[in-house]
This record gives sequence, C-alpha cells and structure tokens, in this order.
Amino acid sequence: MPDLIEPICITAYTATSALGRGLADHLAALRARRSGLQANDFTNEPLACAIGRVEGLERAALPDGHEAYECRNNRLAWLAIEADGFHEQARAAIARYGADRVALLVATSTSSIGATEEAYAQLDGERMPMALRRPEVHTPHSLGIFLSHLLGTRGPCLTTATACSSSAKIFAKAERMIRLGVVDAAILAGVDTLCGSVIFGFNSLELVAPEPCRPFDERRRGISIGEAAGFALVERKAPAAAPRLIGWGESSDAHHMSTPHPQGLGARLALEDALARAGIAAAQVDYINLHGTATPKNDEVEAGVIATAFNETTRASSSKGWTGHTLGAAGILESVISLLAIEHGLVPGTLNCEQLDPVCGPQVTLQNESRDVRIALSNSFGFGGSNCTLAFARGDCA
Amino acid sequence: MSVLEIRVEGMGFWAPGWPDWNAARAGLRGEGQADPAVVKPSPTSLAAAERRRAPLPVLLACEIAAQACVASARAADALPSVFVSTHGDLVITDYMCSTLASAPRELSPIRFHNSVHNAPAGYWTIAAHCHAASTSISSWHASFAIALFEAAVQAIADDTPVLLSAYDAESPGPLAEVSPASTLFGVAMVIAPCAGSRPDLRLRLQPSSAGARLSPALPADFQALASTNPMAAQSLPLLAAIAAGAGGVIELAASDQTTLGVELCA
Repeated sequence: MPDLIEPICITAYTATSALGRGLADHLAALRARRSGLQANDFTNEPLACAIGRVEGLERAALPDGHEAYECRNNRLAWLAIEADGFHEQARAAIARYGADRVALLVATSTSSIGATEEAYAQLDGERMPMALRRPEVHTPHSLGIFLSHLLGTRGPCLTTATACSSSAKIFAKAERMIRLGVVDAAILAGVDTLCGSVIFGFNSLELVAPEPCRPFDERRRGISIGEAAGFALVERKAPAAAPRLIGWGESSDAHHMSTPHPQGLGARLALEDALARAGIAAAQVDYINLHGTATPKNDEVEAGVIATAFNETTRASSSKGWTGHTLGAAGILESVISLLAIEHGLVPGTLNCEQLDPVCGPQVTLQNESRDVRIALSNSFGFGGSNCTLAFARGDCA
Repeated sequence: MSVLEIRVEGMGFWAPGWPDWNAARAGLRGEGQADPAVVKPSPTSLAAAERRRAPLPVLLACEIAAQACVASARAADALPSVFVSTHGDLVITDYMCSTLASAPRELSPIRFHNSVHNAPAGYWTIAAHCHAASTSISSWHASFAIALFEAAVQAIADDTPVLLSAYDAESPGPLAEVSPASTLFGVAMVIAPCAGSRPDLRLRLQPSSAGARLSPALPADFQALASTNPMAAQSLPLLAAIAAGAGGVIELAASDQTTLGVELCA
C-alpha cells in the first residue's frame, strides 16, 4: 500500500461544457437537472446520436498573437480559461511563485486532431491547404504549446494522453511534483473537443447510443460524446477553506485495449491506492462521481466495484447524462463537479437513468440530494486499461 | 529540491541497423557497424498474433521496454511506466483522417482503439501482466527530456524503479510535411531512485542559457537517425554521452525557453 500524502490545495477551478461556461452555469444545470445533450448536428455525414456541444465555440477566436494555434480544441481552452476569473488567478500564481516554479500539466485524448481532419478534407493535391500547414496544430502537445505561450509558464510542461483517464492523472502528477519541491504550484488543464475521429470511432465500436446516454439504466445502449474544458490551480499552501486533493490512485487493467477488466481489478486497485494515500476508509467517503459512461460493460463492472467496496450511506452517480462523455476532459470536468458537490452540499443524481440496473448497489443515486459532502471521489477509466481515482476533501476536513 | 538524482538500471534501444543498446553503444563509440538485417522490431514479449497485427509504434515501444527490463533485472509486471512520443502513431492518424474524409462509417474499430496515444502502454501492460500505473505523454520537441524528468519525479516521489519508453515512428502522406519523421527510433531506460548510493544522472530543469547549446558530434549513422526522427534528435546527445562513459553535463531542450541539464556522474 502506498504511503499517506500531505494534501495539496485547490485554489481555483472552472469548467466549460455543454452545460455552459463557468461554475454557476454548471451548478444551475445540475440543480435543475437540465441536460446539455442535443441531437448531433456536428458531423457532415449524419449520425443519429446525442452530443454535448459547447455553445459559441465557432466564434471564440484566439487572442492576437496566437493565430498559429488556431483550432477548435485551443478555442475551447481559451473560452474556458476566461471563466470564473481563472486566467487572472493563474497569472497571479505565476507572478507569486515565479514562472519557473509553476508546472503546466495539460491533458487531452485527441488534442487538435480536428484540425488534421479538416486539412485532409481539403487537401491541395498531396499537401495540406496552406492555412492548415501549421505544425503546432498537428501534434498531441498542441494544447500545451498554446497554453504555455498564453500564460508564460517556464516550469515543466507536458501533455498527458491516456484516453479517458488523461485529465485525472494530471492531478497525481501535480501532487508528486509539489511533494518533491520541483514546483510550488501547477496549472492543470483538460480539454477535448468534438471531432469526427471520436464520433465515428466510437460508432465503429458500436459504443455510441442512438439516444442521450443513460448511465446505469438497464436499457443503456452506450455513450453520448461531449466536449469540455476544465482548469484547476493547485498549490502547496492556501487558506484553510480551499478544498484539498487528499489522494490519488493509478493502475493498469492489463486486460484489453477497449474493454474493462471483467472483475474491475484495475478500478479496484486505483480506488484502494487513492484511499490509502488519503489515509481514509471507504466508509468516510460521502460521494463518488463515477466514470459511468453508459456502455453496458463499463457500468456493469464499475457498479460491481462500488457495491462491494462501499457501505450503503455513500452516494454515487454519473454526471454523463448532463455533459456526455468528454473523454480526455472527463477527469477534470468531473473533478470540478465533485468540488461543486463539496462546496454546495449537492449530490447530483444520475440523469436519464430511470430503470436502475439491478447490478447496482444502494449507493447509486438517481435523484439529486442535499447533504454534507466532506470527502468525494472521482473515477476515470480509459482505453488501454488506464485507471485513475482521485480523492478530494472539503478544506475543513482535510 | 530542484535536482533529481537517479540511477540507470537498464537500457533498451532499437533503430534500423541497431537492434539493442549494446550494438548502439558500440556504434555511438565508433566501434560497431549497423546490421542491415535489422529492419523491423519484433518484440517476443507480445503474443504472436499481436506481433503480426500490432501497429509499428507498439512493436517498437514494447521491444525497447522489454530490453530495458531485462537489462535492469527488474520484473516487468511490477514497474510503473512512462511512454512518450513526439507525434504518436501518425500512420493511424493518416488512416483516420483519410477515411473520415471519404467514408467515415467505414472506420475500422481496431484501428480506432489503436489510435489512442497510450496504445503502446496498453499493449505493454497487457503483455507484461502489469497492473502498476502507466502514463503516456508528449511535449513535442521536448518530449524526451520532459519524459525523463517525469519518470524521475515518479521514481523518487514513490520510491520505485520506473520504466521509460521513448519512441517515434514514420510520418506518412500529407503529415510528413508538418510532422516530419522518416525512420523508426526508440530508446528505453529503467531508472531508479538512488537510496543513498551514487547517482548515474543528476537532472536539473532550468532556463535556457543564452547562446547555442553544444551537442556532442555523433557518428554519421546516428547523425542520420537524428535528422530523420525527432526522438533520435532529442535523445541521442545524451545517449552518446552515456555510451562514451565520460562525465559532464548535457543540455536537452525542455521547452523553447527551458533546458534539462543532465549531469553524468562518471
């Protein structure tokens, strides 16, 4: 079992998704049980499914001097970082600690591949069209390059791309770097945008539901794909009220590229490691934001792990009925939802789930509940068998 | 603590003509010749069916990872890992984008699940029966330096040896102009915290010093690799210094404004 870690402080956070821009939009949509999912109007070739699309992205041009990074994914990053004053708070932290003492850890599963798709749709003979012949948007690190130029950080800067666990794993990286003292703070960003690769890719695996996704419903038929960006600023020290990251666990299924381990072995290992690093027992967890993608297999395996590991007072739900599965951004978006749950004492239910799969234990919550959330977990699992569980605590409970 | 001290417990290497670290080390010292029979990595760690079907970056990353594990005498099933590539699998990117432009509904499900940046890590952990943490990262032209740094952070923070597998494969079609790479190249290391013993490497992330960085001269074959593969360009200055067995400091690009100073403790 891993050693206990010293909690680190989350001093600012924000998200932009199909639910809107910033924390207030997310909280309002969660409270009103208003889904952001809509009929697919994104792909040129029609595909009957629901998507979680961010309003206004097409008009959100990057600031002057950043034209080389122009693409849908970086536009979403730009739109999102301006919400909730995050951009100013990130700059203030850089000024406070020094640019070389702040890490910039970003995460995405498809980065700006939308720009590469666009280039291939309008090839000029064998070449990309001139306007898209920009190396900065055809690399997995596009988001990191854009944000490092925008913010001027000079600490370690890297992109984590482990499919749907990507933006959960950057919290673990930040904790390690802060613990070793190689940085004093880290700016975390997870951004993924709609693109043909994921919509038709998941469709080829027969994992896209024709209707809005229904996590943990016994009639669930797969995922709805969404786009989102989330940001968090983490620091070693902060006022007592700031929520804390108190634990994390990472594991590999070592089972299959796109199907979870049938007994949830990897998910269980990530959970146990997160609890051990936090120094807490499962019974102390008030709320778990589940991965809950609404594929038949993911939900069955995850429900089994939760049912056996937690007692019946712990609440657990999937928020993907609101936002869709935002892939590489899911880890940080759902961390933000977990932090909202802590801050506002709101346990979101599981939107679109009407007939709960009997495989679920009493933890899985369908309706919203008001209750004290002192400790919340967030689960993220990805292709390649990559699993990550994060543990957060209210400032006065860390 | 801003200096990370690590030991290097084992190395893996593969490039056309150079099937392992022993061969590459001799070549980098000017003491060995490329073997023209070495044209494609064939990792025996993968099951035979997967060896036939898996994409080249998977074969490459698994081959070098297995070599480094053997050289370190560490059990592969217990090692956390960091996989890194500048570009990821551009052959699949080219396939995905071409197919999406012509017949999106005909996209291959296998090639889609192989398109994730962590596909090599996924195949590796399955082959090695490894349930430890694994990450897959990129930092564009600073990928090697940043991955070495990240692996060192993980090794020291969690007091564990860590496997690093760094690779890039070929760039086809229209991608070749924006993400150039025309050969396969990979290097792997098992690194470990020092635990009181002498370090092999001291890593220090720092602002780039003014003026050009001095790179050690590479033998012609390796200079050719460095000019045709981004991971070769990023890692070979350090690998040449390790092969030479001398002390000194190598500076690797860690971003366009920072370098990773790597001190070799001779």
